Amino acid sequence: MIVTLAAMATLLPFLAAAAALLGCRWRPATARPTAVGSTAARPTAVDPTAVDPTAVDPTVVGPAAARTTTARTSGTGSPAGHPPDGPEAAGAVAVLARPTLDRAANARAAWIAVVPTAVSAGLAIWLAALWATGASGESAQGTLTVVDTGSLPISFGLEVTGLSVVVGLLVTLVALAVQVYSIGYLADDPRYPSYSAFISLFTSAMLLVIYAGDLLVLYAGWEVMGLCSYLLIGHWWEDRANSRAAIKAFLVTRVGDVGFLFGIFVLGLGAGSFRIADVLARYPEMPTATLIAATMLLLAGVAGKSAQVPLHTWLPDAMAGPTPISALIHAATMVAAGIFVVARLHPVFHAAGLTLDVLAVMAALGMLGAALAALAQDDLKRVLAYSTISQLAYMAAALAAGDDSAAIFHLVTHGAFKALLFLCAGAVIHAVGSNLMSDMGGLRRSMPVTFAAMTVGFAALMGLPPASGFFSKDAVLVAVGGSAGEGALSGAAAWLLYASALATVAVTGAYAMRAWLRTFFGEPPVVALPEPAPGTAHVITGHEAPLSMRLPIIVLALPAAFLGFAGLGELHWDVAVVSVGLALLGAGVVYAVWRADPLADPARLLGPLRGVCERAFHVDTAYELVFVRPVAALARVVVGADAGVVDGAVRGSAKATLRLSGLLRFTQNGNAQLYVSGLLAGVLIIAVGAVVLG
Amino acid sequence: MTWVPVALLAVPALGALVLLAPAAARPRARARLLRGYGLAVSGLTLALAVALAVAFDYGDAGRPQFSTDLSWIPGLDLRFHLGVDGISLPLVVLTALLTFLCFVYLTGHATTRPRALVFTVLVLEVGMIGTFLALDLLLFFVFFEVVLIPMYFVIAVWGGAGRRAAAVKFILYTLLGSVVLLLGLLLIWANTGTLDMVALARAHGDGMSRSVQILAFVAVGVGLAVKTPMWPLHTWLPDAHTEAPTVGSVLLAGVLLKMGTYGFARIAIPVLPEGAAAVAPWLGAFAVVGIIYGALACLAQRDLKRLIAYSSVGHMGFVLLGFATLTPVGINAALFGNVAHGLITGLLFFLAGAVKERYGTADMPALGGGMLARMPRMGSLLTFACVASLGLPGLAGFWGEMLALFGAFQPAAGLSRPLYLTFMAVGGVGTVLTAAYFLVMLSRVTHGSPRPAALPTPIADVRGYELAAWVPLVVLILLFGLWPKALLAITTPAVHTLLGMP
Repeated sequence: MIVTLAAMATLLPFLAAAAALLGCRWRPATARPTAVGSTAARPTAVDPTAVDPTAVDPTVVGPAAARTTTARTSGTGSPAGHPPDGPEAAGAVAVLARPTLDRAANARAAWIAVVPTAVSAGLAIWLAALWATGASGESAQGTLTVVDTGSLPISFGLEVTGLSVVVGLLVTLVALAVQVYSIGYLADDPRYPSYSAFISLFTSAMLLVIYAGDLLVLYAGWEVMGLCSYLLIGHWWEDRANSRAAIKAFLVTRVGDVGFLFGIFVLGLGAGSFRIADVLARYPEMPTATLIAATMLLLAGVAGKSAQVPLHTWLPDAMAGPTPISALIHAATMVAAGIFVVARLHPVFHAAGLTLDVLAVMAALGMLGAALAALAQDDLKRVLAYSTISQLAYMAAALAAGDDSAAIFHLVTHGAFKALLFLCAGAVIHAVGSNLMSDMGGLRRSMPVTFAAMTVGFAALMGLPPASGFFSKDAVLVAVGGSAGEGALSGAAAWLLYASALATVAVTGAYAMRAWLRTFFGEPPVVALPEPAPGTAHVITGHEAPLSMRLPIIVLALPAAFLGFAGLGELHWDVAVVSVGLALLGAGVVYAVWRADPLADPARLLGPLRGVCERAFHVDTAYELVFVRPVAALARVVVGADAGVVDGAVRGSAKATLRLSGLLRFTQNGNAQLYVSGLLAGVLIIAVGAVVLG
Repeated sequence: MTWVPVALLAVPALGALVLLAPAAARPRARARLLRGYGLAVSGLTLALAVALAVAFDYGDAGRPQFSTDLSWIPGLDLRFHLGVDGISLPLVVLTALLTFLCFVYLTGHATTRPRALVFTVLVLEVGMIGTFLALDLLLFFVFFEVVLIPMYFVIAVWGGAGRRAAAVKFILYTLLGSVVLLLGLLLIWANTGTLDMVALARAHGDGMSRSVQILAFVAVGVGLAVKTPMWPLHTWLPDAHTEAPTVGSVLLAGVLLKMGTYGFARIAIPVLPEGAAAVAPWLGAFAVVGIIYGALACLAQRDLKRLIAYSSVGHMGFVLLGFATLTPVGINAALFGNVAHGLITGLLFFLAGAVKERYGTADMPALGGGMLARMPRMGSLLTFACVASLGLPGLAGFWGEMLALFGAFQPAAGLSRPLYLTFMAVGGVGTVLTAAYFLVMLSRVTHGSPRPAALPTPIADVRGYELAAWVPLVVLILLFGLWPKALLAITTPAVHTLLGMP
């Protein structure tokens, strides 16, 4: 029963994705050699079957042109139909008009997207209710089929555990909120059907990861999630910067995933099975070296997917995708999958002490570095992206300290409040028409709902009571502090982790305060954005988002505010007082700096470090120098060598043959006697050869 | 049912023969008639292949079924010995399917000399199916060679601008490989006195000393490696693919390359086990070099068809790596990778051909990006095919790659494990590079806005006949990706038989 529910919850979004993709209309864009905006009037009725190059909805003429010019903030995206507009857009003479916006198709796609996700969420709730009655014990398993590979078999099966029940709830509910929110956010996007189909596919893949009973099935879901992330980051592919960000996300995570796959091999072969239950049962018999090798390799995949040092660089760039995607995939769920996997296999990691030390160091570096980077960003979404890296590092820290329940607690609360923060950020961007905080300010009056919700989100992020983040962060800090005394970690790593975690609390307070102040307080900047190009959609709405966007924000604000009380009994007041004090200290410093000059960026308190933090410690530049360019150079060398050396040898041998045949031609002189003697000589050689070899 | 394998050869052969009869109809009517005719003959062949697959006894996939064993040239003890088992069945069906889809594609596609093209492709089909059905070494060789001539003409007559040079290079290169292959086969014959593959495979190298086996394996292996192609014997491939017409590219990548790898599974490894054990590390080394080399060559490639051709070098590297492990899982991986590559790269070449036909070039800078805006269906299908080719789980390309790497993780007893671990790691790097070049290619071709200058008349998106030719491939890629058991269940028993395992 339980497994059937899980399977249905997983399968439904997949079928929805297939249905939506098959139902896509795939209209080509048509050439429009006129200036943007010549279509003054909005067509009143759009025939869904007409492919008429002139019937172009004015709200969607703009994006194609405008988005190609929005690459001013290192590849950040903009909501459809409401793009921040660059001055160059007006100069575009010939653009491709988007295909006619088909509102009926979008509405249909919205139903196909929302209903199965809602049913999935319902199934996940049902599953949780069944689980709560405790009828099924530790775990429930079901196997569809076992695939014989010639070596270890792969069992296509699911396994539901308490962990997967909790995370499954989070995933389906956030996915539902994001699907609803996207209806409003991408209302004017003709590609909404494929977009929502990819979200459905993602939901299905993520649920597969969560409920997988076999490591390779988990890996399949893991990779499909990566594909969806790629497709959705590149949703606005007209802009090359988005396309590059999508490639980067896929490749950086793929580097980790290769390690992940090899880790699965090591673990599977060591345990004699790829089934997770078998692995968890048999790991005590495996040698420690095998365990360390396996977990280290798995850790590479975790670092890639969960954007941990040193494979974190893709996540800030991934903000090029639509904001709902950032909320769902790049904050609440997919990036948490790495944490989930470590928690799922936690006993195995616990038995490999060295891996936990490495994880601790990675987390310590990641949380503080990302928090500092967040403090210096001007792009609101990038602030949140670095914040995600930092918070994921908290979860990793709890795992390293040996407390997987604290990690999952923080995963769930973070999923709620970070999704909330991103959806609020989307509403803000929707209203302002820019991702940059320097274009924002004073929004608390015009957007009271978003302001209230985002305040809750930031409070949770900072760990202020009574928001959810306060309780979960407290649990993490207690776990990390406890491991500094005794535990699986070695002493130095534990102390480094603890110090870093405490320092990060203060920096988190600082960057959250800065983002909050710069978005909602002060005065709107005097010089607003350049005027939108004539005919483009109204870029700056300046007021609250539509209901379909507001509703998920309000609904998500509730768990972000109150979910933490689930951990009320576990609270350690001493640690809580210290962490709240640190967070307020960081926030207070920023507030003081901001008070001194509300128009200037409080990031100036970083002083000379500001540039370094803004560039995230130049890791990207280093990778470019060390990996990307040498590979590109090597590729050119190979192409040159293939033409010159490998094929050159072939062509050279052809020339040599020609010359040789020129010599041989002398034997072809028409003398029959010579021919016959040659023939006999040949027969003789063959005969001798046959005798010798035979 | 033993007549089915014979019929599989007879139908296209007779179909080709009928074309020799003079036809009086007017040219246009004749062209239409020819298209229908090719479709009918290849459709009948496909139906026979499907019937074979339906009647196949899956409980006994390791044994050759539907055998026909007739004396052919008694003096030389040559026999006309045909049959299918779990190794050849998927390839026979794949060949019939791809040929049929090529004819579907040709229905909407006017060519010069239609009669000659239909004739050539049907003869090609006889050779290809015969290669997979043959259970006699010399018969195998005959079919192996029969394929070359029509393919030479396909490239040389219906190819692009540099077709002559490419065709000559193709035929000389592969004929040279065939000579070495023939020597190897004769060496086996000379030592065992039989050409019967079933008997030879059952003997597992009995009657041949280790040195003879090594020598024979190298000779046979080099001959097959040219066809596969294995680095560094691959340089005929990019030229042939770039110049060949779409149908030629599809069959070349989809079937002809498989004949090389099939030879490893059918002849080289089961007949010469000791030779295989000695040479396998070298095979593995060349395979992984090919993976990296192919991927790097793709990264800097400008021409779409050339890129796909080089990607085949990399993918065949994974197939060869699977063979080189000499484990059941590795050989399963190779056989799976074979079929998956046939489907995926077949689709890729169909798409590349369609792109080239529409834009007039396959040069990526000249294509100018924005295909998803101009031809959304084509761009989406290209994205799908590339994602499948880079080995995404859930699509067919994944299982071959993953299982080959898993095979390398634990190679057969007697092979150096550290060496194979290195191969595995290098192969892993190869998967990242493979993803890199496909995504970069997608970004260049499908993303971005089309240049204003490149906006003449609207370009037709995927047409009906194209969709009809491609959808079966898409469906099968999904099917084998989601349900790998469909293929692994057939090959696993055959692989156990082939390795002499219970």
